[in-house]
Amino acid sequence: MPDLTSNTAGIVSPNPFWLASAPPANSGGQVMRAFDAGWGGAVWKTLGQPIQNVSSRFGAVRWKGNNGVGFNNIELITDRPLETNFREITEVKKKYPKHAVIVSLMVETKEEWKDIIKRSIDTGADGLELNFGCPHGMCERGMGSAVGQEPKVNQEITSWAKEYSSIPVLVKLTPNVGDIVPHGLAAQAGGADGVSLINTIKSIIGVDIDNFVPEPRVDGKSTNGGYCGAAVRPIALHMCAALARDPRFTVPISGIGGVTNWRDAVEFILLGSSSVQVCTEVMLRGYRIVEDMIEGLESYMREHSFEKLDDMVGKAVPAYSEWGNLDMNYETVAKIDADKCIGCQLCLVACHDGAHQCIHQADDAKVRVPVVDESECVGCNLCQIVCPVPDCISMVEVDNGYSPATWNEHVAGTGKLRPKKGAH
Amino acid sequence: MSNVSEERSETVFDDFKPAYTEAQAKVEANRCLYCHDAPCVQACPTSINIPEFIRKIATDNVRGSAKTIFDQNILGMSCARVCPVEVLCVGDCVFNEMGVPPIQIGKLQRFSTDRAFDESWTYYEAGPDTGKSVALVGGGPASLAAAHELRRLGHACTVYEKRPVLGGLNTTGVAPYKMKADRSVEEVQWLLSIGGIEVKTGVNIPDDVDFAALEKQHDAVFLGLGLGPDTILDLAGKELPGVQGAVEFIEGMKLEQLDLKDVKRVLVIGGGNTAIDAVREAIGLGLPEVTMVYRGREEKMSGYHHEWDAAKQEGALAAWQTQPVGFAQEGGRITGVKCQKMDDDKKLIDGTEHVLAADLILLAIGQSKLAHLVDGLDGIETKWGRVVVDEHGATGRPGYYAGGDCINGGKEVVNAAADGKRAALAMHDYLMNKGGSDA
Ligand SMILES: Cc1cc2nc3c(=O)[nH]c(=O)nc-3n(C[C@H](O)[C@H](O)[C@H](O)COP(=O)(O)OP(=O)(O)OC[C@H]3O[C@@H](n4cnc5c(N)ncnc54)[C@H](O)[C@@H]3O)c2cc1C
Ligand SMILES: Cc1cc2nc3c(=O)[nH]c(=O)nc-3n(C[C@H](O)[C@H](O)[C@H](O)COP(=O)(O)O)c2cc1C
Ligand code: SF4
Repeated sequence: MPDLTSNTAGIVSPNPFWLASAPPANSGGQVMRAFDAGWGGAVWKTLGQPIQNVSSRFGAVRWKGNNGVGFNNIELITDRPLETNFREITEVKKKYPKHAVIVSLMVETKEEWKDIIKRSIDTGADGLELNFGCPHGMCERGMGSAVGQEPKVNQEITSWAKEYSSIPVLVKLTPNVGDIVPHGLAAQAGGADGVSLINTIKSIIGVDIDNFVPEPRVDGKSTNGGYCGAAVRPIALHMCAALARDPRFTVPISGIGGVTNWRDAVEFILLGSSSVQVCTEVMLRGYRIVEDMIEGLESYMREHSFEKLDDMVGKAVPAYSEWGNLDMNYETVAKIDADKCIGCQLCLVACHDGAHQCIHQADDAKVRVPVVDESECVGCNLCQIVCPVPDCISMVEVDNGYSPATWNEHVAGTGKLRPKKGAH
Repeated sequence: MSNVSEERSETVFDDFKPAYTEAQAKVEANRCLYCHDAPCVQACPTSINIPEFIRKIATDNVRGSAKTIFDQNILGMSCARVCPVEVLCVGDCVFNEMGVPPIQIGKLQRFSTDRAFDESWTYYEAGPDTGKSVALVGGGPASLAAAHELRRLGHACTVYEKRPVLGGLNTTGVAPYKMKADRSVEEVQWLLSIGGIEVKTGVNIPDDVDFAALEKQHDAVFLGLGLGPDTILDLAGKELPGVQGAVEFIEGMKLEQLDLKDVKRVLVIGGGNTAIDAVREAIGLGLPEVTMVYRGREEKMSGYHHEWDAAKQEGALAAWQTQPVGFAQEGGRITGVKCQKMDDDKKLIDGTEHVLAADLILLAIGQSKLAHLVDGLDGIETKWGRVVVDEHGATGRPGYYAGGDCINGGKEVVNAAADGKRAALAMHDYLMNKGGSDA
């Protein structure tokens, strides 16, 4: 049985699945139910000066009948008294000593940081997460992403927290920046033991087109919110990998953003996350989703002979490279398996209208299986993506006789590129 | 345990509900709403966590999906095929309320559990030996489910089965277009792979081993007797060749190669599920004219209407409000059934006597009950031929538990599986706490 134990900057949990700092980790009762369901850790809903929220607060992207493919919120940090939160965190830690409880914090002054960190540590919590990420409401007050977007401020506040904290400190980064790397490095320079990313992405989720108000509607107005859920995963994966592969960046990552199941989690881990955090999918479907996440991860590890989680952390990072280092002479073409083809011709229309016009109707008009003109196929794989039948279209490597050559080599005059295809 | 023969009449049948391909299963799984406290789960007698196992198909966690099923119902593979899902889980899917085709839960369950069998995935180990031993009388679904659960809890088990094959009616009774005998036997073997379940076939209780002997060797007894032979119409000519109980006929078809070349016309007497099965099976075996003879109206028949609709599509004929009153014969050979029409109050109508011609008459008017086998045992109460149990499956005699058709008078495999597990948990409690001493 593979060992799922996760260690993120010294924060140890029985598995890498944590609740992200958000409504599912709002109270003791919730976190205990989550632990009973199998979650390995929880980052408590951000503590600070309790705020007051508006209604409504959430919006969702609906796609083909699925509600919440993307999600957004204009909620702020905790609205519950600090004493209540601290009392409940203490209780949870007492009852669940092996689970990881991380306290998320967001305050303004150095004094406030000192006080809230001391009180957090007194609960017996395993770590702190500094919320430098919230892109709405709090940043207007000079906190959240207002901090996360300024490497200097980020580094300074991180160093305060490190000064006062005897437990590991994670810095939660905002994705609302051009390049994540300087921000991760700033946190590291401030002494952070690790980073969590991403927080939500600044967004307007939609517009109520009958009332001329963006969503979510608060009476006659709305405001920009934070985007999350399955749709943001690619952005989060990129930011995670961008840090993981930077040689200067050496501290652990807790991956967040659009994790809905074990496979998503595996992707984050392979790109360098030591743990993964989940908010939206739990909000939409409940704590119960973790059972499948644990089982799926276990099966995956068994299949790939990973005995412990660390063996797979970052496994796909070395293969994440600059474009200039890709082999330009590697050539593939699409092959359609006529036995599997159901004749929908989605590949044909996609190739004609969206790619290189090289998938055609067969000469015999009665035959629905399309034909690929391999001499024209550029191997873009659009057809494979639109095909609804698993393994029907495969991208097959062509031996064109050219030895590997990258663009960088070509520019340096050391590599010979094959002739371009499909560029008439 | 002996295997079933390769030469069986039932092998001509194809699956009525074909297996899903992986692509089909995924499309269907992705439709499921993942309801909370889902009505489909409530409709399942074994409370399988249906939304969870379906989600796991959608996420490619098929191994976990099958485990979710087996955790609740170790006979989940056969139940996937034989359960009347139309009136259980599928019937209660919330999509029915929306006018959207309900999720095909049975087919998805079959997808996961078939995969588990094909990949030889096993999930359970026997518990640490408790030193206690349980006798299970009958080797059908009820006893098998009980034995598996008892083994997980560490009790030694011995199954006593009078037939040469295990699986009960799952092997010898269910329609071959749902599941064939060899698949049921494979399921039994998979289940027995937990180890430590001793199987004694060809042993009739109490004729071969009496209850006193069982009590001496074991600390508790589970009765999974099922039902007895078909009820036979007590009319002159009943012993003639060509008159047969439907369940007996079905068992023959499932385990042997029947010689039916001289059969042209079949009458199936009855209006329940066994009658409908026999009709569909006779048609599937290629018999040219198959008629169901039922004393009530079509809408009053007790068999499932979705099954009867399928039978009609396959070409079944019916004689409604028709009651057999005698067998017609010629030179010791059956030629048909003498019938009379019945009115809505089930009274025979004078002057309606007629003969329905047939060369094979299958009686599907019920099966006898077996509770008399335990009549001599103090404390065990029986009612209408059924063994009476409490809400844990315990009889009135300490250490005796029961489940399946012998307590409910004949329901489904899934009920037997649920009963077996329930009784096993109660027996565990009994063996570890209250009784089960060597005395
Ligand atoms: C024709 C037919 C079709 C059916 N089709 C379906 C279906 O499609 N779906 C469904 O869910 N259910 C179906 N059922 C019902 C289902 O098969 C039963 O509800 C289920 O098998 C009951 O399980 P059981 O363990 O209680 O009894 P059984 O399956 O009857 O098993 C009892 C076992 O005990 C053995 N036994 C009996 N007496 C003794 C004794 N004295 N000593 C030793 N062994 C003994 C028997 O040989 C038998 O193997 C069908 C039933 C019939 C008759
Ligand atoms: C309603 C809501 C409230 C949130 N509140 C907080 C918060 O208080 N502190 C914080 O650090 N992140 C907060 N987040 C961001 C999440 O912790 C998480 O970083 C983000 O939602 C991306 O993960 P996901 O795609 O799994 O939802 C919130 C998100 C949502 C949807
Ligand atoms: S009732 Fe239907 S939609 Fe809801 S969980 Fe069950 S199968 Fe899925």
